[in-house]
Amino acid sequence: MNILVCVKRVRASGGTPQLSADGGGVDTRNLAFTVGPHEECAVEEAIRIAGDAGGRVTVLTAGPPEADEQLRYAISMGADHGVLVDTGDTELDPQATAAALADAIRTLEADGATFDLIMFGNESPDAGHYQVGIRVACALSRAMVGGVKGIDIDQADGRARFRREVPAGVEVYEAALPAAVGVKEGLNLPRYPSMRGRLRARKAEVRGIQPEVAPGTLRRIRLRHPEEAGTQTVVLGHGADAAPAVVDLLEELEVV
Amino acid sequence: MHALVMIELDGDGVSASSRETLTLAHRLAGELGEAVEAVVFGDGGRAAESGGLAVSRLHQLDHPMLATYSPELWGESLHQLIARLQPSIVLGPGSDRGLEVMAQAAARADAPLVANCTTISLDRRANGDPPTWTLTRARQGGLLLEDAAVTAPTTFASTAAGAVEAASLGSLREVPVESFTPELDGVVHTQLVDETTQDSGVTLATARIVVSGGRGVGSAEGFEPLEELAKLTGGAVGCSRVATNNGWRPHSDQVGQTGTKISPDLYIACGISGATQHWVGCMNSKAILAINTDPEAPLLTRATYGVIGDVGEVVPAIVDEIHRRTLGNRQSA
Ligand SMILES: Cc1cc2nc3c(=O)[nH]c(=O)nc-3n(C[C@H](O)[C@H](O)[C@H](O)COP(=O)(O)OP(=O)(O)OC[C@H]3O[C@@H](n4cnc5c(N)ncnc54)[C@H](O)[C@@H]3O)c2cc1C
Ligand SMILES: Nc1ncnc2c1ncn2[C@@H]1O[C@H](COP(=O)(O)O)[C@@H](O)[C@H]1O
Repeated sequence: MNILVCVKRVRASGGTPQLSADGGGVDTRNLAFTVGPHEECAVEEAIRIAGDAGGRVTVLTAGPPEADEQLRYAISMGADHGVLVDTGDTELDPQATAAALADAIRTLEADGATFDLIMFGNESPDAGHYQVGIRVACALSRAMVGGVKGIDIDQADGRARFRREVPAGVEVYEAALPAAVGVKEGLNLPRYPSMRGRLRARKAEVRGIQPEVAPGTLRRIRLRHPEEAGTQTVVLGHGADAAPAVVDLLEELEVV
Repeated sequence: MHALVMIELDGDGVSASSRETLTLAHRLAGELGEAVEAVVFGDGGRAAESGGLAVSRLHQLDHPMLATYSPELWGESLHQLIARLQPSIVLGPGSDRGLEVMAQAAARADAPLVANCTTISLDRRANGDPPTWTLTRARQGGLLLEDAAVTAPTTFASTAAGAVEAASLGSLREVPVESFTPELDGVVHTQLVDETTQDSGVTLATARIVVSGGRGVGSAEGFEPLEELAKLTGGAVGCSRVATNNGWRPHSDQVGQTGTKISPDLYIACGISGATQHWVGCMNSKAILAINTDPEAPLLTRATYGVIGDVGEVVPAIVDEIHRRTLGNRQSA
């Protein structure tokens, strides 16, 4: 089982993003970076599947050279290889991103084995285009299902089963390998890298790919904050003494 | 130069999010003086009967392989219909399936898809050239808005949930239903092989009251008083990502950008700081009560009501007070 996981470098702050003066982007000075929770689960799942079935895990990113950090984090968790498609500092639109990733995957597959499973997050946490994985899968003629929270691989049969939660219940999908999948947080609890993993990641070689970037069709004009009604918080009290005021509120809502 | 709307059906007919999308499409078509057409998977008759579509044509995609959902088969079918109709814009709902099918179709058409739009307008339409649209889309689960422009012969766009209020689209009138049969042989696809429906009672997504806990709750056991409060108020229990990552709660309880987005009448957030990724999941609550030891916690300053104190003391005191009052009522009755 050779597995490829696509991860994107995003800012990690839980605070309100500071926008650059012209609204052209998010001010990323002094910010920590990470990969999205969905993608972290994808890396974890890939490591588990490859561990059980035998095989290798490659992590791929398109972004600035600094995205090397996110590849090494995945390697410290247990991935085997990292590949960085250098698309520079400006975020590409989803069509251009997908084209760059699909080209890189073709290059990697031409040099080695095919990837039995290509994994994505359901959506990227910053841009949230909900499509890069699907576009890559289409370009490579792979079946692809998103929103997945459970994966079963039947290697002998060359098939995979994917479970996803929908408002009404649970759906199970089946696809022939090689396939692609978009996963959601909750698929597993990602591990923390071990000390040994960190050391290995520091020394690991990350392959660089210089892509031909096609101009995108979606052009950003600016980013802005949505209007927010300024609320004046009503403090109901301190500690246990606040309980009667809280229950008054619940009675007003007629829930107790 | 017309708009095509992808309609989803649910138990009640045309889904709520599809009605929002239709409203946006009609507003746009009104500006442009163009027709709106719609496409539906499955029973076009039922969609037409549920009324208020106000479209000039309803296309029904017909093929035995479309009877059960498959992202690729549905996306390929939509793509083939669009190749025939050549609409300038295709609008779809921002539901999970809506987004998935639109992305599949847009990928096959190599056309742009702008996900989670809150507004769309025509910017420019020069003779013979593809139109340019200006759109506003939600990023980071709605934390930021992105104004963008896109130029293409056909642009796909999905509407952000709740961005448009569904309006009544005029009187019910006969909508002609036209059948379209796509060619689906040899399309690589996933197959839906099993479906289980859960009757889950009060769910996080639909509960009127949600009692949620974060790091401040301290442990899995710490959630017991929160569960009791949820039970007493007929609500559901939620949590922050710290609680799921610590294994205190299942991920299905998580509120936020990568969890569930909720809009209860009252959200009671216990020991949750209010990081933006949590905030986008609960910001549509009608009222928020934050219980936190830190009066400066972002969620507390954004909340409708606040209690400053230790969850471990405040929540049991609320539970006791409810018991005291209901017991009092019973005794006086
Ligand atoms: C891409 C991305 C997606 C994310 N998605 C989500 C998501 O969907 N949902 C989510 O929740 N998070 C999400 N996060 C994580 C988020 O950024 C925060 O880390 C998380 O929400 C913090 O959880 P918390 O409030 O429980 O913990 P903390 O931020 O540590 O806050 C704990 C709070 O409890 C208070 N407290 C401590 N002790 C007590 C006490 N005894 N009584 C009362 N109050 C007390 C503290 O004052 C503090 O305000 C995401 C992060 C990223 C990067
Ligand atoms: N620049 C990128 N590099 C690598 N993978 C990406 C990139 N952008 C998006 N992806 C993958 O595609 C998924 C969906 O992204 P999006 O379409 O932006 O919501 C993400 O969760 C990633 O797995």
